[in-house]
Amino acid sequence: MISSFVRDQWYVAAYADEIGTDLFARTVCGEPLVFFRAEDGTAVALADRCVHRRFPLSQSRRDGDTIVCGYHGFTYDTSGSCVFVPGQKRIPRTARVASYPLVEQDSFVWVWIGSRDLADPGLIPRAPWLADPAYTTVRGMEPLAARYGLLVDNLLDLSHETYLHGGYIGTPEVAETPITTEVDDEKGVIYVSRRMADAACPPFYAESTGIKGRITRWQDIEYRPPCLYLLHSRIAPAGVLPNADGTDPGAFHVEVVYAITPETEHSTHDFWAVARDFALEDAKVSGFLHDSNRTVVLQDVAALNTLEKVIAAEADGYQELSINIDTGGLAARRILARMAASPVSA
Amino acid sequence: MSRVAVLSGDRVYRVHWRLGTDRLAGVCHCGAEHEAEDPVELWEWLLAHPDGHHPTAPAPERDLAGTR
Repeated sequence: MISSFVRDQWYVAAYADEIGTDLFARTVCGEPLVFFRAEDGTAVALADRCVHRRFPLSQSRRDGDTIVCGYHGFTYDTSGSCVFVPGQKRIPRTARVASYPLVEQDSFVWVWIGSRDLADPGLIPRAPWLADPAYTTVRGMEPLAARYGLLVDNLLDLSHETYLHGGYIGTPEVAETPITTEVDDEKGVIYVSRRMADAACPPFYAESTGIKGRITRWQDIEYRPPCLYLLHSRIAPAGVLPNADGTDPGAFHVEVVYAITPETEHSTHDFWAVARDFALEDAKVSGFLHDSNRTVVLQDVAALNTLEKVIAAEADGYQELSINIDTGGLAARRILARMAASPVSA
Repeated sequence: MSRVAVLSGDRVYRVHWRLGTDRLAGVCHCGAEHEAEDPVELWEWLLAHPDGHHPTAPAPERDLAGTR
């Protein structure tokens, strides 16, 4: 089977506060990794298999800034170089494990999967709201027993919310809103806009923002394949638009962020976060956004876990039918297939 | 209602879902447009650029005729 992973890319490996002094295991794009913070606080990622007999380093122990393999004691420094081999003085030249470039940004730890010398931190897509004091964020991560492409399909089409998430986030106007899908072929960005000029204000927003009456409601998807998915949700009194310079003081914003990180060919780390720029201190609003989004994520997870079993049992080339709602998803699939077929280092 | 255009690159393809219909309008970065009901067919048309793409800009002959 040809790998569906897109290499030479940055992926969200963890939330920054998941990585501490303890050894932490997580597999990204089929590569088992061990993470920890060195004594100076720098996050480190190494291949999670001792070069000697493949024992997981994550199940070993730290000694200062080294990891001592829990099987025979091979000892590695933060660069992955072996600095001690049991019972002999000579350290074999090949005694090292791969180390992985990491960048901490926007509350995430990003890991580069691919050729080390191509790891340019400038390529990492941004989700600045997650670390912005002007926003309050709730978040989580759910394990998904399905290939990442199914989550991409799912998130690129919000019309499923009426059926799968009835009562949570679907509203009648959503189905009657024009949708524009844009694809920047050079930059690899997919943007799906749903902009309701005049809609009813859902009770949650009326209560938490104080808006009375009808609203202008935008729900814009911005997908930066392969890993980062943003849903820009904008709510304003009907007719209030952003300023020409991009500032938008008359509106309330909810930024929903997903990081779609493949674990194996058939499983995915589904990171989700919801940031808002209103009712910042309101625990009830935080609770509502956390619980409702997590409920929605878990509904998706259950559906996609089922779908993975169905698809995994079928022969390749199964029949599908695509309709208008799939316009964005089709574009995403095409860009992902192109990226997987020709990574930068190929 | 005016068409939404958020991305500003030189190679942006756009597909507008015509409200109240099942029609999709595809707009290539070259300006050519095409309508379809099947998104697969529409993407194939868009990505075939420049094959079959005829921008609706005025033909050069006409411009020349007008200036003479």
